[in-house]
Amino acid sequence: MKKWFFLCAPRGWARWLRRDTAVAWMFLAPSVVGFAVFYLIPFAMGVMYSFMSSSSGGRIADLSNYRELLSSYSFRKAAYNTFYFSVVSVPLMLALSLGLALLLNRQIYFRKWLRTSYVLPLVVPVASVIIIWQMIFDWNGALNYVFSWFGIDRLDWMKTNAARNVVIAVYLWKNVGYNVILFLAGLQQIPKDYYETAQLEGAGRLRQFFGITLVYLTTTTFFVVIMSIINSFKVFRETYLLAGDYPHDSIYMLQHYMNNMFVSLDIQKLTAAAVLMVCGILTVVLGMFGLERRYRQFME
Amino acid sequence: MRLITTIHKVLLTALMGLIGVLLLFPIVITFTNSLMTEQELNINYGEIGKLTAATSTDADTFVNLKWLPDQVSLSQYGELLVHSPNYLLLFWNSVGYVVPIIIGQMVVAALAAYAFAKLNFFSRDSLFLLYLLTMLMPFQVTLVPNYIMADKLGLLNSSGAVILPGVFAAFGVFMLRQFMLHIPYAYIEAAKIDGASHFKIFLTVILPMVKPGLAALVILLFVDYWNMVEQPLIFINDPFKLPLSVFLSRLSGEWGTIFAASMLYMSPMVLLFLYAETFFIEGVQLSGIKG
Repeated sequence: MKKWFFLCAPRGWARWLRRDTAVAWMFLAPSVVGFAVFYLIPFAMGVMYSFMSSSSGGRIADLSNYRELLSSYSFRKAAYNTFYFSVVSVPLMLALSLGLALLLNRQIYFRKWLRTSYVLPLVVPVASVIIIWQMIFDWNGALNYVFSWFGIDRLDWMKTNAARNVVIAVYLWKNVGYNVILFLAGLQQIPKDYYETAQLEGAGRLRQFFGITLVYLTTTTFFVVIMSIINSFKVFRETYLLAGDYPHDSIYMLQHYMNNMFVSLDIQKLTAAAVLMVCGILTVVLGMFGLERRYRQFME
Repeated sequence: MRLITTIHKVLLTALMGLIGVLLLFPIVITFTNSLMTEQELNINYGEIGKLTAATSTDADTFVNLKWLPDQVSLSQYGELLVHSPNYLLLFWNSVGYVVPIIIGQMVVAALAAYAFAKLNFFSRDSLFLLYLLTMLMPFQVTLVPNYIMADKLGLLNSSGAVILPGVFAAFGVFMLRQFMLHIPYAYIEAAKIDGASHFKIFLTVILPMVKPGLAALVILLFVDYWNMVEQPLIFINDPFKLPLSVFLSRLSGEWGTIFAASMLYMSPMVLLFLYAETFFIEGVQLSGIKG
């Protein structure tokens, strides 16, 4: 024991930290092993495949897969659609859920019941309501029926560019409740006397909203955005169940593309597309983290 | 003045109620329509998918989306449960996937979350970042290597190919860590002074304190995996091993059966949610507070 004493850092906390490390890895072991086998190693393999040219065991590492991928029309379309969907739907989601949370946070009857009704869509399985979406958005569907009351022409929702709006609507329907309860929690954390002080000092409602509410909701908003991005990729399920492998051009997402590449065994293109998608997500998330940190510093 | 606030309150409630009704609409319609007879459904929804009539704009070709059945009948449920035993089998398949995933992920994730939240070790933050990143990835990103991995482990076409990746998914770790961060370090310190080991601290101090987190996690995982479509489609070839979600999406033709099956499929989720709602909401809210 004495022999190793010099290895243990002179101060107590360092030795403590060292003991922690051993314990920590015991706690982590099951998770890390499984995580490595089912997530980390597969991802590393994917990155490797994306640089290998043609499936015949070629070891030449180059960018030809990426070049091919970028020149493929269907990939560019899928990437554009995925990007477009997130860019439109996430801010829309933010505005809608914040608005609903603000209203729910006011003096209102049946608050609990209303909250329940907003969250309920989250727990309904996609496959269970697909049939309802079909009925609503079909050529002969309920939505066109409602339109006909007002003399608006029918739209073939799933087979025109309007399909985009259908997917956005389904996404909002499913996820708005989750974000509303997140925002409600954030709102309830803001001390009431801030508003009282602001009112005494003559700040208007709008000023209070921007000066107090939004500022104190920064961390919540950040979390909501991250969750919304994750969930925006999950809409693929709905799209897939509604419209199959090859939906209308406007809702052909990266996931469709990758699925179809998998079916046609084009591993190079699939992995290259996956790597590019990961890079995209990574950029967005790191950007968000950076933004949040800067914002926090600015606030302090 | 008081009257005005009351009116205000009523109007606001009405508005919010309207939105709530709109959100509940698909669920309620599924329920009421599952009580209709097959004939009634055929009359109402016969027009679905008849696109060939695209040129005609006759008003009567629309679907007749109805709130209430003319005649309440449980015949669809009877049909489904008695005459198609497939359905129950697939329902059990779904249970067989979801329950092991939830239990497994809770155990694995709770252990890992404790290490991430309350222990100091080398490269903790970078490892956690890796977890976070995989959480953000859509399933398709690691599709090929996952397939190869499952093949190598001999898991293809067995439920393990779906269950094991579910057990080790990062979401639970993220969520529970978030909860454990809220627990003041003093609790652990105190238990340590009393001579408790880390494992004992974890079991007797930490776990009871993250109960709402565990409840929220159970529901969120249930939602996610009860719903799963892509994974079984890729990894499972045997149609008798598929979960109900895949089967439902392929059903077509008999409206009544579809509605009844949809209803039975969503009811465990909805009941669980209503039962544990307070826990769930508390859980989700706590997870969001410290981002």
